[in-house]
Amino acid sequence: MEILGHLFDGFLISFEPLNLALVIFGAAIGLFIGAMPGLGSVNGVAILLPMTFLVPPTSAVIFLGAIYYGAMYGGAISSIMLGIPGASTAVATTFDGRPLAMKGEADRALVAAATASFIGGTISVILFTAFAPPLAEVALAFGPPEEFALMMLAFATFIGLGGDDIPKTLFSILIGLVLSAVGLDIVSGEPRLIFMDLPGFMHGINFLVLAIGIYGIGEMLWTVELSKGEVMISQATISVRRVFDSLRELLKTWKTMLMGSFLGYFVGILPAAGATPGSLMAYGFAKTIAKDPDSFGKGNVDGVVAPEAANNAASTGSMLPMLTLGIPGSPTTAILLGGMVIWGLEPGPLLFVEHTEFVWGLIASLYSANLFALLINIAFIPAFIWVLKLPFTVLAPIIFMLCIIGGYVPTLDMHDVWLMLVFGVVGYLMRKLDYPLAPAVLAIVLGPLAERSLRQSLIGSQGDVMIFFERPISGTILIIALLLFVLPAVRVFRQRSHNPNLA
Amino acid sequence: MRKAELSMAIIMALFSIYLMWKSTELPIGWIPDEGPGGGAFSFWLSGGMLFCCLAMIIRWWRRTSPPSRSDKPFMDRETFVLFLTVSLSLATMIALIHFVGVYISLPLFLIFYMRYLGSHKWKLIVPMAIFTPIFTFIFFEMALKKTLPKGVTEPLFYPIYDLMY
Repeated sequence: MEILGHLFDGFLISFEPLNLALVIFGAAIGLFIGAMPGLGSVNGVAILLPMTFLVPPTSAVIFLGAIYYGAMYGGAISSIMLGIPGASTAVATTFDGRPLAMKGEADRALVAAATASFIGGTISVILFTAFAPPLAEVALAFGPPEEFALMMLAFATFIGLGGDDIPKTLFSILIGLVLSAVGLDIVSGEPRLIFMDLPGFMHGINFLVLAIGIYGIGEMLWTVELSKGEVMISQATISVRRVFDSLRELLKTWKTMLMGSFLGYFVGILPAAGATPGSLMAYGFAKTIAKDPDSFGKGNVDGVVAPEAANNAASTGSMLPMLTLGIPGSPTTAILLGGMVIWGLEPGPLLFVEHTEFVWGLIASLYSANLFALLINIAFIPAFIWVLKLPFTVLAPIIFMLCIIGGYVPTLDMHDVWLMLVFGVVGYLMRKLDYPLAPAVLAIVLGPLAERSLRQSLIGSQGDVMIFFERPISGTILIIALLLFVLPAVRVFRQRSHNPNLA
Repeated sequence: MRKAELSMAIIMALFSIYLMWKSTELPIGWIPDEGPGGGAFSFWLSGGMLFCCLAMIIRWWRRTSPPSRSDKPFMDRETFVLFLTVSLSLATMIALIHFVGVYISLPLFLIFYMRYLGSHKWKLIVPMAIFTPIFTFIFFEMALKKTLPKGVTEPLFYPIYDLMY
C-alpha cells in the first residue's frame, strides 16, 4: 500500500502544470524524432539533454522520459509509411507494417502500432511500479564490491548476448572506459591522460560529448548517406469509422500484445538487449505461436502488434536497473543516468529514499506520457506523415546546429565541440565497419563509477582481490558475468564440433 | 572494405599503444595495501584494446569477420564526396565560431547546407537563416543564461545585454 501512496504523490507531481506541459511537449517531440528516419529515442535524448538545464531535475527527467516513450511510438510511423525503420527499435515493425501499407491498409497498421505501444507501455509501467521498490530495497545493502560486480555483469551481457563481433564489442567497451579515465585521477588527484597537454582534457571527457558525437553527428552523417535516394510514401486514408473498425479487430490480437509486453519488459532489463532485440524476439515468437505463420511478412496485424508492444515495454524495462541499481539498461537510459549526475543526483538505490519525488514523479509521468503519446499519435497521424515529407536537407543543418550548441553548453568550452566532431566522424567510420558503439557510450557513463567502486573495494580490503568473490552477492554476480564472457567462445567451439567443415 | 577494416584496426592499435604509453605517467603497478595505482586502470584497459585490435587483424587475415569478406567499396565516390562536404563544412563552422562567433557562423552554415546540398529556394533559406539565430539567442542566452561564444561580434551585443540585465 505504501507503493500506492508514493504513486499517488507521483501523480500529483506529474500533474503540476509545468510537468504536464513537458509530458505533452516531450511526447510530441519524441513522436516527431521517432518518425524521422534514422533518429530514435537515444538521439533525441542525447541532443536535447543540454536544453533541460532550464527546469528542475524532476521536470527534466519527466520531459526526457516522455521523449523516450514518444520516440518508441513514432518509430512505427516511418516503418509503416516509408518502409524505412524510424529507429532501430522499429525494424521488426517494417516486416508486416510495410506490406499492410502497400495493401492500402496503412491506417490499420498505424492504429495497431499505436495501440500495441500503449498496451506494452502500460503493462510494463505497472510491472515497473511493482518491481522497482523491492529491488531498490535489496540494492540498498549493496557496497562497492556489489556495484562493481553489477557493472561487470552489464558489460558481460554485451559480450555474451550482444551478438556483434566479439573483439569489436570488447574494444568498444574498453575505449569507452579509457576515455572516461581522462581527467584527474580520483584517488591521488593527479592529472591523467591529458592528450597533447591540452587544458580542455583536465575536466575529463563529458559523456555528452561522446553521446552527442556518436548519436548526434555520427548518426546524422549516417542518415545523410542513407537519404540520398528518393523514398516512396504510402497513402493513408483515415476516418473515424475506420479507426474504430481497426480497434475492434485488434481485440483479437490481445494474446500477442500480452506476450510482446512481457517479453519486451524482461528483455529490456538486460543491459545489452534492450528494445531492438526485444522487438525482434517478440516478432519471432509471435510467428512461432501463430496458427498461420505463413501470413507473417505479408501483412499480418499480429506482426505489427508484437514488436511495437515489446519495444515500448522494453524502454520501461531498461529504466528499472537504471533507477534501482544505477546500471542503465540501454544507451538511452545511460544518457539519462549521465544526466542525473549532471543534475547533482547520485544514481542508485538511495534515490528511492532521498529523492522520492524524483523517482515517483518519473514513474507517474510514464503513465501519463503513454496516454498522451497514444492520443497525439492517433490524432495527428496526418501531421506526422507531413513530417516525413519534409526535406531532410532542411532538418539536417538544424540538427547539426543543435548538436554543436548542445556540446558547448554543459562546459562552455569550444574544446568539447571539436572533440565531439572527432567522435562523430570516427564513430561514423567505425559504424560502417560494424563496430557496435552503444557499449562505448554505456562505458563512458559507467567508467568513473566502476573505477571508483573497484578502487574503494580494494582500499577497503587492503588490496585483496578476493573481496569480490567472498561476498555472496558480488561473488554470484561476478560468476554469472564470467560465464557470459566465455559464452561466445563456447558457442564457437560447439559450432565447430557440430560441423567440422566450417572451421 | 577490406582495406578500411585493416586500416581502422591498425590505427586503433597505434592509438591503444599511445594510450598505454600515456598511462605510464602515473603508477601503473600495484600499490601495497591500496590496490592499483592511478594509471593502472587505463593502462590495462588500453592493453585490452590493443589485444582486441590484434584479434581483429587476425580475423581480417583469416577473413572471418563480415567486413573483411566483403568486396563492396567502403564508400562509393558519391558518398565520399557527401561525407567530406558535410564534415568539412561542420569543421569550418566550428572554426569560424572562434573568430566571428555563433551568430554569424551558424547562419552561414545553414545557408550553405540548404542552398548547396539541398538547393532550396531563397524564400525558405533567408527566413531560416534569420530566425534560427534569434531563437537560439532567446532560448540559450536569455532563458538558459548560457553565453555562447561571439568572437569579434561581441560589442554588437552590448545594447542587448543592457536590456537583459
